[in-house]
Amino acid sequence: MSTLKNQGVTDAEHAGHLLRQMLRVRRLEEKCIELYSAAKIRGFLHVYIGEEAVAAGVMEALAPEDAVVATYREHGHALLRRVSAGAILAEMYGHAEGCCRGRGGSMHLFDAATRFYGGNAIVAGGLPLAVGLALADRMAGRQRVTVCFFGEGAVAEGEFHESMNLAALWQLPVLFCCENNLYAMGTALGRSESQTDIALKAAAYEISAWAVDGMDVLAVEQAAGRAVDAVRSGGGPHFLELRTYRFRAHSMFDPELYREKSEVAQWMERDPISLLQGAMQEAGQLPEEDWAALQADVDAEISTAVGFAENGTPEPVSELSRFVYSDRAEDGGYTGDGGTAERDTRSGKGGAEG
Amino acid sequence: MKTTYREAMRAALRDAMQRDERVFLMGEDVGRYGGSFAVSLGLLEEFGPDRIRDTPLSESGFVGAGIGAALGGMRPVVEIMTVNFSLLALDQIINNAATLLHMSGGQFNVPIVIRMTTGAGRQLGAQHSHSLEGWYAHIPGLRILTPATLADARGMLWTALQDPDPVLIFEHGSLYNMAGDLDDDAGPVDVDKAALLRHADGTGESLTLITYGGTLPLVLAAADQLAEEGIDTDVIDLRTLRPLDTHTILDSVAGTHRAVVVDEGWRSGSISAEIAARICELAFFDLDAPVERVCSLEVPVPYAKHLEEAALPSVGRVMAAARRAVGANG
Ligand SMILES: Cc1ncc(C[n+]2csc(CCOP(=O)(O)OP(=O)(O)O)c2C)c(N)n1
Ligand SMILES: [Mg+2]
Repeated sequence: MSTLKNQGVTDAEHAGHLLRQMLRVRRLEEKCIELYSAAKIRGFLHVYIGEEAVAAGVMEALAPEDAVVATYREHGHALLRRVSAGAILAEMYGHAEGCCRGRGGSMHLFDAATRFYGGNAIVAGGLPLAVGLALADRMAGRQRVTVCFFGEGAVAEGEFHESMNLAALWQLPVLFCCENNLYAMGTALGRSESQTDIALKAAAYEISAWAVDGMDVLAVEQAAGRAVDAVRSGGGPHFLELRTYRFRAHSMFDPELYREKSEVAQWMERDPISLLQGAMQEAGQLPEEDWAALQADVDAEISTAVGFAENGTPEPVSELSRFVYSDRAEDGGYTGDGGTAERDTRSGKGGAEG
Repeated sequence: MKTTYREAMRAALRDAMQRDERVFLMGEDVGRYGGSFAVSLGLLEEFGPDRIRDTPLSESGFVGAGIGAALGGMRPVVEIMTVNFSLLALDQIINNAATLLHMSGGQFNVPIVIRMTTGAGRQLGAQHSHSLEGWYAHIPGLRILTPATLADARGMLWTALQDPDPVLIFEHGSLYNMAGDLDDDAGPVDVDKAALLRHADGTGESLTLITYGGTLPLVLAAADQLAEEGIDTDVIDLRTLRPLDTHTILDSVAGTHRAVVVDEGWRSGSISAEIAARICELAFFDLDAPVERVCSLEVPVPYAKHLEEAALPSVGRVMAAARRAVGANG
């Protein structure tokens, strides 16, 4: 399966682009960890370090009009879907300049302009949404594709099975991308599933499904390209099981008691960034100065983004109850807290009568 | 025009499907079976299987798909057979439909309508007799409608479909066969205000009866009997449980000085508790008597007819509460 080893890197420019994309995610998240430790970012923070080839490869296959649904481990997906690093970081700062004006945070990044539908912190909760987005496209006769990312832990949830069945039953234009990093928090796949071949589960719903080396960005890109083309041309739902590994803890609160350091070290030898970088260097496609320039570029992007987030403004508390319901002229800004305004008018009247 | 609540609902669905091609109905047995309460009977033949879409038994899956379709520009009407089964879709309703607009900083509104039957009274036992609409009314981001009249059965759906945000419509199972006259040109209704269906004329002792949904008919019957006893009532049909039209309640209580809230939900932590609290917060000095509540007894709804009847609000219990409220002043 290893495209990197077997085929070498054919298009140096494109490989360089993929390398950059993965590095952007890596550096963004390394910065997130730093900012978390400095208490600039709070809440839960789940990083994607080690899994970057998955988002980088799949996003290449998408068109701007396609839709993406992801999980709480979605900083990379958002960034590679073209949500700016600044808007992502500002969101984690709780600033008005954040992509959700400080209401979402790390686990709930959304962006209408790029059709990025989250950022869903309920395991498997995004799958039915993806099915519905695809249903809308199908009913409206549009040739768009919805891609749904989720972890292998989601496979045990009912919403996974309901969504597989609906997508297949209605032949909807959706690509399911299962990021199999072998663990759901501390639960290894073999300890939670009676059948650990995930692609096989999807195949049981009559969905075309196959497993891909998720550390090999070219293999991911190739598989995603094939799958997206098939989905777009009316081939019904497709499913990729992307075999990958998370190098870091589940979140910032995980002492990693459930796996051996040696296992992590072994997987880190297949770091998707080093793999591509190495293959390119071997093929003479990545001169030292280019690699240095690429890193400098990415570092500059991230530090600009940090500056943007740092200089942002906290979303005003006066805006707190906005967006519970859509702004409506006739609605009088009802927030569900029916008390305050009414108490003012009524207590005057009641007081006079009493 | 003579019609029933069921037919009025169906007319509303047909009208919505004709008016807006983005509207479609999806749910278990809405098509070939004709709807488990026969609301959508005949619509499959009229609109075809794409728009009258039968789903598998996957409440979370198809409610979530409805939310996704709403995000994708459609105007789905999702039918959940009964509120009891909506518990399997709570994740989608509460974690997604109700939150997406806010979590996304105003970027993604969810124009979905979710209809479901609610309520007890047909000897179906605990798992088929829940009244959880007040519980849903706890959730910011949702709008909760409880049509209890033919006009509202006919008119609320289109209004709900115009709402940019999620709307849940609760249809009490005992209302479907309710028959009566409806204007030939009946159409969309506003859902922002509660309705004052009966107005105390100021003679005798007065009080406000506040209810919604399935208990409206028994409250109206109680009001008739109370009138014979010289107790004069305002009857408020809340129509919408969230947002609550507090003003209509307060205006009435300002005139009657007493209130009885009738709610098929359980008393603890209920919509009746919310209403009583608002009256106490905002109209305390208007009151001549403590607010009374008539709710379901706090037991899983039992099967046996006499037990079920004893557990649910009844005309007798409403009258007793009304007499207590009036007596408390005397
Ligand atoms: C429905 C639900 N149950 C439990 C959790 C708590 N939780 C958060 S992440 C996670 C593990 C999910 O693992 P997986 O789907 O493999 O994704 P990964 O974190 O490995 O990317 C759990 C159990 C949750 N967010 N949602
Ligand atoms: Mg996992």
